[in-house]
Amino acid sequence: MSRIEKTFQSLNRPALVTFITAGDPDADSSLSVLKALPNAGADIIEIGMPFTDPMADGPAIQHASERALAAGANMKQTLEMVRTFRDENTNTPIVLMGYINPIFTYGIEKFTKDATEAGVDGLIVVDLPPEEDSELSAATKDNNLDLIRLITPTTDEARLGKLLEGASGFLYYVSITGVTGTASADLSKIKPHIAQIKSHTDLPIAIGFGIKTPEDVANMAQIGDAVVVGSAIVQNMAEGLKNDDLTEAIKTQVQSLSSAL
Amino acid sequence: MEQKNTLRAEPNKDGHFGPYGGRYVAETLMPLILSVEDAWTDAKSDQSFWDEFEALAKDYIGRPSPLYYADATTKHFGGAKIYFKRDELNHTGAHKINHCIGQVLLAKRMGKTRIIAETGAGQHGVATATVCALFKIPCTIFMGATDIERQAPNVFRMKLLGAEVRQVTSGAGTLKDAMNEAMRDWVTNVHDTYYLIGTVAGPHPFPEMVRTFQSVIGKETKEQMMEKEGRLPDTLIASIGGGSNAMGLFHPFLDDDGVNLIGVEAGGHGVDTDKHAASLTGGTPGILHGMKSYFLQDSDGQIQEAHSMSAGLDYPGIGPEHAWLYDQKRVEYVSVTDDEALEAFKLCTKLEGIIPALEPAHAFAHVTKIAPTLPNDHILVMNLCGRGDKDIFTVAEKLGIKI
Repeated sequence: MSRIEKTFQSLNRPALVTFITAGDPDADSSLSVLKALPNAGADIIEIGMPFTDPMADGPAIQHASERALAAGANMKQTLEMVRTFRDENTNTPIVLMGYINPIFTYGIEKFTKDATEAGVDGLIVVDLPPEEDSELSAATKDNNLDLIRLITPTTDEARLGKLLEGASGFLYYVSITGVTGTASADLSKIKPHIAQIKSHTDLPIAIGFGIKTPEDVANMAQIGDAVVVGSAIVQNMAEGLKNDDLTEAIKTQVQSLSSAL
Repeated sequence: MEQKNTLRAEPNKDGHFGPYGGRYVAETLMPLILSVEDAWTDAKSDQSFWDEFEALAKDYIGRPSPLYYADATTKHFGGAKIYFKRDELNHTGAHKINHCIGQVLLAKRMGKTRIIAETGAGQHGVATATVCALFKIPCTIFMGATDIERQAPNVFRMKLLGAEVRQVTSGAGTLKDAMNEAMRDWVTNVHDTYYLIGTVAGPHPFPEMVRTFQSVIGKETKEQMMEKEGRLPDTLIASIGGGSNAMGLFHPFLDDDGVNLIGVEAGGHGVDTDKHAASLTGGTPGILHGMKSYFLQDSDGQIQEAHSMSAGLDYPGIGPEHAWLYDQKRVEYVSVTDDEALEAFKLCTKLEGIIPALEPAHAFAHVTKIAPTLPNDHILVMNLCGRGDKDIFTVAEKLGIKI
């Protein structure tokens, strides 16, 4: 059984998924924050792979990518960060999230192999619809990585079938039409869509985009199997840079998000 | 059985030109991209759509553009016989209007009520604002902060035409960043908005669609050349940023083996430096802005900033069909530097009394290199795809002249 399956099975409440960008604001601080996340209450960790042109992201995550790249972040370093984390933690699932170009440039086959060896559990690639993911899909299967598909408010019944085919781990429900860290979803609007998706699959559904506060988390936990907080944490990283203890600031935030579950 | 004996049948049904092209977009956009494709497939085979396009091409754009025998240039070099395809005489002063008319008709057909576009030099932004004024559709143009500064007259033109110009400060504030921001807007306003992409790039069906609208250039050239010379030309030359004017000129000739095709990329300070915009001759395969193609990038897949004196060529990628034609070796891709283009700009202006845009000045720079080496019966056509009025400030600055 994969770490992701185990996590969803062992929890008797919805999971908290937290997002940080690898190497933001620098490799050491980023690793220190990563290590603190599980004890603070993160059940699953998404790590953003920095990219120069994050077209699906709002300003908070754009700036995180810029900070990381300015500090010398690269794909090798991202995998190294996961490897170091795994020395101490073998339970918390790690999902890498990002854009296809750095993976394509690394080499799809080699990347999936190296990611598995480093201790990565799943991949989310935001600019790779099923129409273009046959190579990555095959490579993730060969290497026991979950390929996590995105479902959005524009996904209709016909398209849902195509997205569920070959999806594994969990489904990532993008709760708004837009980029990360902007508008918040209206629960009553997405509730019927989530119910519709659930009638077609047993995969857990994580809800993300625009979820910022413990109240948002409690709200979305009513209908999701997991709730993703990304930009709000990354934004706090940016503000925490001014403080002495960045890790402590993020820990406090994640604890409060987690207590809402 | 399908037999492939043509280079003109790409892309395939999934929008791939060999390994390039495709639809690398966020899932939120996929249903819309598929509906653009359906609408385009439907429009393509609808005679009334083309009747409307052709009527506007004739009376609003001013097509066909002349194929002009450049006698003074020909005599100056004493080699090849040189023709200019005069797309700088179009309404708004460049070839961009061709695909703007086509796409605004498609947006209208799809019932879209808002149009967005990206622009670098401002030419595509002006052309988009123009057709939106004509069709009374609100439009928002995304433009990098750096470009807004260096293309102030075009910013003013867009505003006069009623467009909202939104300043993009992310990245280096140039065309690539404007395109990112347009994509972000599109994903947010997916229900009512049409993204009028300004070149043969982006996700399928945009590269094929823009090429189809622009291939009016090549079709006219073929007919006009048969009329004037009774035969096909020997060489076609066009400048390349994203590649729309070149694709439009080349596509009707792809299967004519005797016609040499040359695409001229912007070499900036030189392709061997880190300041150029030559994605094919100085880049590697990658994926960005919805397509697989060639990009300027580092070994970690991070996209690099392009550099060209010409804002219209200042883009670190290229349309996927060019990537494919490059691999196929059907088109020869070369580059010329800022300095060479500047000399060519001055020479063309003096010889012919035509101030070319800096983009076709790159093509002309390559003409100056090869024309003297070719025999007198060698017919060469250069796409003069834009006029240089917009560039006089850049050129004056380069020449150290205050105006």
